[in-house]
Amino acid sequence: MSGERAPHRLAAPDAAWLMRTYAGHSTAQASNELYRKNLASGQTGLSVAFDLPTQIGYDPGDPLARGEVGKVGVPIAHLGDMRALFDGIDLAQMNTSMTINATAAWLLALYIAVAEERAIAPEVLQGTTQNDILKEFLARGTYAFPPAPSLRLTADMVAYTVEHVPRWNPVNICSYHLQEAGATPVQEIAFALANATAVLDAVRERVAEERVGAVFGRISFFVNAGVRFVEEHAKLRALALLWEELGRERYGVTEAGLLRLRYGVQVNSLGLTESQPENNIQRIVLETLAVTLGRDARARAVQLPAWNEALGLPRQWDQQWSLRIQQVLAYETDLLEYPDIFEGSTVMKGLVDELVEGAREELARIEQRGGAVQAVPYMKAALVESNRARLRRIESGEQVVVGVNRYTETAPSPLTADGEGAFLTVDPAHEQAQIDALERWRAERDADAVDEALSELARVARSNENIMPATLAAARAGVTTGEWAGTLRDVFGSYRAPTGVADAPAVRGYAEIEQLREDVERASEQLGRRLKLLVGKPGLDGHSNGAEQIALYARDAGIEVVYEGIRLTPEQIAASALEEGVHVVGLSILSGSHMALVPEVVGALRHAGVQAPLVVGGIIPTGDVAELLAAGVAAVYGPRDYELGGIVRDIVALAVAAARP
Amino acid sequence: MSRKAVSGSELAARLRERDVSVAPAVLNLLEDASRRDEAQDLLVALGPGALGGEAPGHIVGVTGPPGVGKSTLLGALVAAWRGAGRTVAVLAVDPSSKRSGGALLGDRIRIAGPGVGGPGRFIRSMAARERVGGLAPATRAAAQVLAVAFDVVVVETVGVGQSETEVAELADTVVVVVQPGAGDALQFLKAGLMEVPDLLVVAKADVGAAAQTTLGEAQAALHLLGADDTAALAVSALPPGAGITELAQALDDHRARIDTGARRLATRRAGALADFISEYGAQGLRAVGGRRSAERILVAQSPALDGHTLVEILAAQAQTS
Repeated sequence: MSGERAPHRLAAPDAAWLMRTYAGHSTAQASNELYRKNLASGQTGLSVAFDLPTQIGYDPGDPLARGEVGKVGVPIAHLGDMRALFDGIDLAQMNTSMTINATAAWLLALYIAVAEERAIAPEVLQGTTQNDILKEFLARGTYAFPPAPSLRLTADMVAYTVEHVPRWNPVNICSYHLQEAGATPVQEIAFALANATAVLDAVRERVAEERVGAVFGRISFFVNAGVRFVEEHAKLRALALLWEELGRERYGVTEAGLLRLRYGVQVNSLGLTESQPENNIQRIVLETLAVTLGRDARARAVQLPAWNEALGLPRQWDQQWSLRIQQVLAYETDLLEYPDIFEGSTVMKGLVDELVEGAREELARIEQRGGAVQAVPYMKAALVESNRARLRRIESGEQVVVGVNRYTETAPSPLTADGEGAFLTVDPAHEQAQIDALERWRAERDADAVDEALSELARVARSNENIMPATLAAARAGVTTGEWAGTLRDVFGSYRAPTGVADAPAVRGYAEIEQLREDVERASEQLGRRLKLLVGKPGLDGHSNGAEQIALYARDAGIEVVYEGIRLTPEQIAASALEEGVHVVGLSILSGSHMALVPEVVGALRHAGVQAPLVVGGIIPTGDVAELLAAGVAAVYGPRDYELGGIVRDIVALAVAAARP
Repeated sequence: MSRKAVSGSELAARLRERDVSVAPAVLNLLEDASRRDEAQDLLVALGPGALGGEAPGHIVGVTGPPGVGKSTLLGALVAAWRGAGRTVAVLAVDPSSKRSGGALLGDRIRIAGPGVGGPGRFIRSMAARERVGGLAPATRAAAQVLAVAFDVVVVETVGVGQSETEVAELADTVVVVVQPGAGDALQFLKAGLMEVPDLLVVAKADVGAAAQTTLGEAQAALHLLGADDTAALAVSALPPGAGITELAQALDDHRARIDTGARRLATRRAGALADFISEYGAQGLRAVGGRRSAERILVAQSPALDGHTLVEILAAQAQTS
């Protein structure tokens, strides 16, 4: 037999996928130190997490950035920060993924400018900018400009990188966040493909016809994988089929290499639980199988969440554990030694066919609405609806979540025994340090060069020219993130995405809601008018799932709900509460900024003379609850409180109690 | 809430001093079923008899189909008014669920825009109680009393075909907003299913040619109906914005042109009839001898009477007959 290869074995094992950890916090220096440690642990690529002000285009010190600087990622305000972030890391060798969307053109320009300073040509730079703005309107919330100019920035970047940074993936179409927002596998495939089509159509107008194939080949995907890992694997095979079909039929691409689906993955965080968090490790392992099992649809890059994400920000050790999962799978198991193990499987083929068919129908519905841009309100409402159905299945026990609605008994866990130290807390002093450092940066740069760069940027923004050269010039001149985005905001205007809740149908025949309705009627009679609730999202955090679901549940229970979407200042929330005459104010905060934001909202409410009780929900560690209660909050809800009915019942009781003389 | 609420007569006095900061308390009172007597004190104290004339504010009704960009347009208009130093109150009426009574009120941020308005800009979302486009009695009352203190009071409703009738029952100036390609709304207008507004606005004029085509169609339809007094405008609320100043001017022009006293009297009577029906139902209406008879009763009353007193007169009539 020697010399003859068996068809069920590869001649040589495949190389492992790129292994990354989504990381960054506090400062560029602290993040750089973390990156170097991660690389030393065997990580093979970098994945940069930026803080929310950087993602949305505000400098430290801006009122909207308060409490958010360095929280969920690294703050990058200018070229100096980018230099520090990659200090001692060889950009010619590194493969860097940046989770950046609205301000992607700016962060890429800073990256290119740092490379230039080190005499590294843009042609050799490798990496990915996420740059999928439509899903920001649908799910993630870090948009900065209205849809049309946002897509134009994306198209400019693609047109630029295809010529000048050819190894860069300028756009990473994300189905990841769609699943986090509640998408079913069919919705995930269809919405991602529709978003990709919108981007490609926009780029097609800005590049020469013969470059369309090259553009298509540079578009990659960033997907999610849930714990139903067999179906999830089928989802990726279905996506690959439809992607190839799209390339052939809509864009006339013929070269096989350009038609192949390339994707990176971060597995599901939505299903990770706060109770018995050790179970999350099993979930993460199984989800990783979804994206690695079959060779024909295997991920190019994988990053895994940490077991304690639902508790707070993961520490370095937590992230190392996740990296080790990848390394065991790639280097200890025999996974990489075989051709595609699902070849010839009728089960897998059947699943794929089912998903392809469902996605085609969904795509037709989006096409009917005039494509993804026009269909944003439709898709947003569909996601809210899917997530509502998912929560109802968990609440009713139809969908089992071990440790949450089944098998909830547990022995004391040594993993979370030390409470306070079980996750990372960012020192609030970093924010002031960043503000001071930015002042020094501004004082030391050439002010005339900055003014000139910004007026050129404004001119180009108003014209039809590509935004990248002016953006690069601004990066070199020492312009700040807030100045770059502010200039574009002045030209493009600001925008608020649809909330997806306005037209959601009322739930019916749901016993718990019926009971609540009676409570609300009684409470409203006692109050003299219908119970009114303000649901507010302060700060820059765009994770709106919780706020949306509470708003809908409360409405279905008969409450008048004022919900205005994400990104409100404490002063705006207080003004709404006062003018709308609400009985209770509810806040949702998932960015970890609750300790900074909640006291500010309390202060603003009191200043406005609003006496209504305040409740807070989000990723709130149990250790913070006492302090929030002491600050004047009436009730705090964390990921452990998954029963919406209970929260709404509390709100009704609070409203009635507060009205009692 | 546990603090003692300010009384209806105290609120009336402060509104007469044009103290706009009491607007939230005024709305809380008007919506409160357990404080009806105080609400009546407020309405009577701010009726034309008590004021010695009509409330000075300009009451503007803005209506149109869902999704045409009314709130965004209103946001630009409110900014223009505030820029000119005028105080503005907006009552944004949202459809509510008939089944549960619950509602999702989410328009205020599009009207408010970035920043905090301060007391000179007041926005209140209100649920429409009975049907889409229908106005709750509290909305009518609020528009009347806020016009005592604010320079402009806007009532925004959703719908086409009925809502502008309801809005016409309380506004000095009725604006219907349509979007480019709005065939339905213009068909409604031509077919007489919709009353002719005082101003017709084609929003989203930034989409260019389509907006101009729709504007042309609207002008042709208005001409066909003999409504040459109704101005039609194309407006864009997106930066840099277009037509907002012209719209504000057209609203002022309309206000200057009409006999506000006569219009207010008519709206007060129509509003009183609507409030009477919403409170006493079809049975109450039959008891006063039907709609025509009710209208005759109202026309016979002194023009100085406030809306609340007019409802009481109809109620008394219903009881004696």
